[in-house]
Amino acid sequence: MGIYELSLATVVGINIILAVGLNLITGFCGQISLGHAAFYGIGAYTAALMAKAGMPGPVNLVAAMVMAGAVGVLVGMTSLRVREDFLAITTMGVGFLFLGIVRQQESLLGGELGISSIPSFGLGKMGFFVLSLVLVVLAVAFSLYIKRSWMGFAFEAVADDEDTARVISVDVPAYKLAAFALGTALAGLAGGLYCYFARFIVPDDFGFITSISVLSMVAVGGIGSVFGVIVGTALLTLIPEFFRFISDYKLLVYGALLFGVMRFAPDGLAGLTALAFKRLQRKGGAV
Amino acid sequence: MSELLTVQDVTMHFGGVHALTDVSFEVQDGEFLCLIGPNGAGKTTMLKAIVGAIRPQKARIQLAGREISGLPTHRRIHLGLALTHQIVRPFRSMTLKDNVALAVGHRRIRRVWTALGGLDRNKERAEALKLLEMVDIHTYADQAVTGQPLGVLKRLEVARALALQPRLLLLDEPLAGLNHVEAAHLADTIVRINREGLTIVMIEHNLGEVLRVGHRLVVLDNGRKIAEGLPRDVMQRPNVRAAYVGKEANDAAA
Repeated sequence: MGIYELSLATVVGINIILAVGLNLITGFCGQISLGHAAFYGIGAYTAALMAKAGMPGPVNLVAAMVMAGAVGVLVGMTSLRVREDFLAITTMGVGFLFLGIVRQQESLLGGELGISSIPSFGLGKMGFFVLSLVLVVLAVAFSLYIKRSWMGFAFEAVADDEDTARVISVDVPAYKLAAFALGTALAGLAGGLYCYFARFIVPDDFGFITSISVLSMVAVGGIGSVFGVIVGTALLTLIPEFFRFISDYKLLVYGALLFGVMRFAPDGLAGLTALAFKRLQRKGGAV
Repeated sequence: MSELLTVQDVTMHFGGVHALTDVSFEVQDGEFLCLIGPNGAGKTTMLKAIVGAIRPQKARIQLAGREISGLPTHRRIHLGLALTHQIVRPFRSMTLKDNVALAVGHRRIRRVWTALGGLDRNKERAEALKLLEMVDIHTYADQAVTGQPLGVLKRLEVARALALQPRLLLLDEPLAGLNHVEAAHLADTIVRINREGLTIVMIEHNLGEVLRVGHRLVVLDNGRKIAEGLPRDVMQRPNVRAAYVGKEANDAAA
């Protein structure tokens, strides 16, 4: 693998961690978030500041997770009273709030210029890729585990019908907070990795476009399906790289994709694959 | 017999609509109480207030001597309440069996972080199958909820409520939407469960079934309690007959 392919693969890995985190909140627990990039940013800024202060990389990645997860719980608490459309607007607001703060804060966060010359993680390009890969595998395994656990079972109930979930004794607020905590912590981890990957971060890396991109990755892959989300993320990260012109119209293309998926295939690629498989089986059975 | 549930002065206004005004009644341990009254009398509102799905302006509700009116719904369920909805509310993304299995595992999901500890659902699914069998819908166990007829979904509500192993079961018109055979069979099942010791409060429009199964009646009309007592006595009272058959019919009879 050349340097270019290596860095592309690392970006795909970082995006998978980010998307798997959003999938936990939106897919498993049914809580829409249009502000996921803010937690990605919180992780990135936390790790960057600590790295510049001379702290070791692994500590900074953990700190990025903890910080993003903690803010995630706070945002989750303020969002407990709002559902669906209102939750979308609230989380979008959180995203803009984050951007507003980092843009204005110049002495510590660098304002519009962001933070540059972030020290290296110290593993080299290949080593960093391997670290990212290991973390991707862990995040995916963790996510699959949650889905199969009783926590995932309860998440499914909350996503399906909150009121019914309450009547069978599910502590709905507690489960929503757990989903926010875990999902935003994963976003924080992705952000920490990104800051070491790019070694230069600016507020725009974590703006509304990023939030929508991640949501598109989750939706195209199939909301709730871990493997679908991995495929969706890889596709939506790589396609703009290979077809540069898409990159120029990224938001337009993602917006159209998001709309198309929601309208015509609400279960995304995972749903389409399941459907195709069923049809094949039926054909096989008929012969 | 001791009181399992005490409802005192429940008052619930939605804007200008007085859904419930100072309603009080008790439910004895082991009793089968029927809550009746015309449409819009406040029966469903009453059950929702008991489980905490709605918060009345004024209420004192005690379960086995413990004040529960300030608790969120999930805590009240943990203390031994269970409710079936009049308008069915299944989890549409799950099979019938999983709808019930999740309720069977209510202790496993009580704390969020301990819920992360277990993966195995087989025991709960086996138990869920038994409950579905109890209400005669086990043949649909592995099917999706979507597309099932109302009769199946009404019985699913009952199975899911029983899965919580409640001390007090609140049933909101469980027989509505079932055909005669299904209704009679489900009523028999409910009576049997009550004989085995479960206390039941049931809203029901089918007066034949009410008279057959109820130990005692509480009658609501326009958000107020207008009568309470043994089924046959209560149904003789002029004000109850008036509420049910209309004032004119009662005047004509008099």
